[in-house]
Amino acid sequence: MKALVAVKRVVDYNVKVRVKADKTGVDLTNVKMSINPFCEIAVEEAVRLKEKGVVTEIVVVSVGPATAQEQIRSAMALGADRGILVQTDDAVGPLAVAKILKGIVDQEQPQVILMGKQAIDDDNNQTGQMLAALMGVGQGTFASKVTVEGGVMNVEREVDGGAQTVALPLPAIVTTDLRLNEPRYAALPNIMKARKKPLDTKTPADYGVDTASKLKTLKVEPPAERKAGIKVKSVDELVEKLKNEAKVI
Amino acid sequence: MGILVYAEHDNATIKSATLNVISAAKAIGGDITVLVAGQGAQAAADAAAQVAGVSKVLLADDAAYAHQLAENVSLLVADLGKGYSHILAAATTTGKNFLPRVAALLDVSMVSDITKVISADTFERPIYAGNAIATVQSSEAVKVITVRTTGFDAAAATGGSAAVEAVAGTQDAGKSSFVGEELAKSDRPELTAAKIVVSGGRGMGNGENFTKVLAPLVDKLGAAMGASRAAVDAGFVPNDLQVGQTGKIVAPQLYVAVGISGAIQHLAGMKDSKVIVAINKDPEAPIATVADYFLEADLFAAVPELAGKI
Ligand SMILES: Cc1cc2nc3c(=O)[nH]c(=O)nc-3n(C[C@H](O)[C@H](O)[C@H](O)COP(=O)(O)OP(=O)(O)OC[C@H]3O[C@@H](n4cnc5c(N)ncnc54)[C@H](O)[C@@H]3O)c2cc1C
Ligand SMILES: Nc1ncnc2c1ncn2[C@@H]1O[C@H](COP(=O)(O)O)[C@@H](O)[C@H]1O
Repeated sequence: MKALVAVKRVVDYNVKVRVKADKTGVDLTNVKMSINPFCEIAVEEAVRLKEKGVVTEIVVVSVGPATAQEQIRSAMALGADRGILVQTDDAVGPLAVAKILKGIVDQEQPQVILMGKQAIDDDNNQTGQMLAALMGVGQGTFASKVTVEGGVMNVEREVDGGAQTVALPLPAIVTTDLRLNEPRYAALPNIMKARKKPLDTKTPADYGVDTASKLKTLKVEPPAERKAGIKVKSVDELVEKLKNEAKVI
Repeated sequence: MGILVYAEHDNATIKSATLNVISAAKAIGGDITVLVAGQGAQAAADAAAQVAGVSKVLLADDAAYAHQLAENVSLLVADLGKGYSHILAAATTTGKNFLPRVAALLDVSMVSDITKVISADTFERPIYAGNAIATVQSSEAVKVITVRTTGFDAAAATGGSAAVEAVAGTQDAGKSSFVGEELAKSDRPELTAAKIVVSGGRGMGNGENFTKVLAPLVDKLGAAMGASRAAVDAGFVPNDLQVGQTGKIVAPQLYVAVGISGAIQHLAGMKDSKVIVAINKDPEAPIATVADYFLEADLFAAVPELAGKI
């Protein structure tokens, strides 16, 4: 069976972003960009399913600018077989991304769709669930364990109260959480091989999707600063401060 | 039109997160209807009817809703939600799980994790792990929103007297089934609602130290226990303790970070706490940039001493 993995190009998780002076967004000039960490976990899980013989082909998709090719190639270096770049310079929100992915699903007919639970730039945590609704299929969000057997996917999920397991008939969607796996490092020969793997370029219009959104960002500001704290020299001083200054104990 | 609030409950009581969502609904303005979906949840519906400011409670009681499966709940909420100007749920794993499905079914964009209501169509939400705050305006006919509970005070749980109405027409999507769950049992306060949170990080060294070294301080303070991702990944404590950008967001009166360096992703989950204490042997640890009180010390000496002195 085929697996589809959606990967987003985002600011690297180590970067502390700064808001632009004109408040139109965050400053991304010369900032390191990477594959969204949760998407990397999704790619790794697809590769493991392939290694187990459950999955036979892994198709990786990204919606974004031409440079998002880099993230598709990184996914290929981890083991994805083929790529589709849906190229656009517009900011594409979760609903439009889900609609584009739905178009790709209709053509590719994957049985397993793997996505990140959240893109660490906009922190939306929406796209996988939206795609599942558009497809009318089940979802295993925030997954910490995935098994596929006999046309059914079992997903262990990280929930606020602990862990939950659901069973989903295929096709179904998984969104990954941090404990699902630890992605491998791409070996140099695999990075070379990835350069030769097929990569198609499409546009949102190819899937009949209009990327215009009814959400408008009016401004982006830095968060409120905390006032500088102090160093305390001893546990006694800490207790005294908490009791008499902060009055929290 | 009015606002539809999706309640989280344990069949008997309404969870505190929903009380925060009701406050967000009040800030938006309009009649507030609370939907309780579950199995055997009459008592929860009755409790919702008591919440100050609620005009009506809808109770959808059926086996299909017993485990809050997103596939089933989203059909119900999308169906009912069409008649409202706003549909709100808490930004918990339950709300995050089903509400985007509702938005997709209604063909509208969704606004995640709002922390402030500017007007009925304009909201603030943190992006980039809270390193930026976006003000977003939605021109969708139905505004589908998850609410970050730390942004809003809890509505009073009593004082209201809304009518409870049963909802008919169950929908089992047949796309998922519940297999099992392992819920953490704890006598401590709930992490996201606690007044004091004490979290441990990789510096704790192992799970046993969480029990032997950290727990006495946690219990002395009547606090909830939290953790960094590193501590969860290493298996010291279960995942439901993770505080951060991709874990739980907390904003207690007092947050004590023990053996936690203060990575961006951790700060995103706790930097709105009123008072922050850090205990760390590295004075350069980034947690110092948000700590009101920073104690440079070996936690294995400082934590027991602190527990003994309060
Ligand atoms: C996609 C993504 C999502 C993430 N989400 C989260 C999240 O939600 N929450 C989260 O917490 N992290 C998250 N992280 C991980 C984050 O980047 C850090 O790796 C993590 O927070 C580090 O945990 P830590 O501070 O416990 O460990 P470390 O960074 O290793 O820090 C340990 C600290 O303990 C101190 N220490 C050690 N021994 C002692 C001692 N005896 N006494 C006193 N101090 C001591 C050290 O000085 C050090 O400062 C995420 C990362 C990614 C990529
Ligand atoms: N532009 C995009 N291209 C490809 N996948 C995306 C894109 N945006 C979101 N996704 C997928 O949806 C997941 C959740 O993203 P979000 O809902 O934006 O937090 C990501 O981890 C990706 O798997």
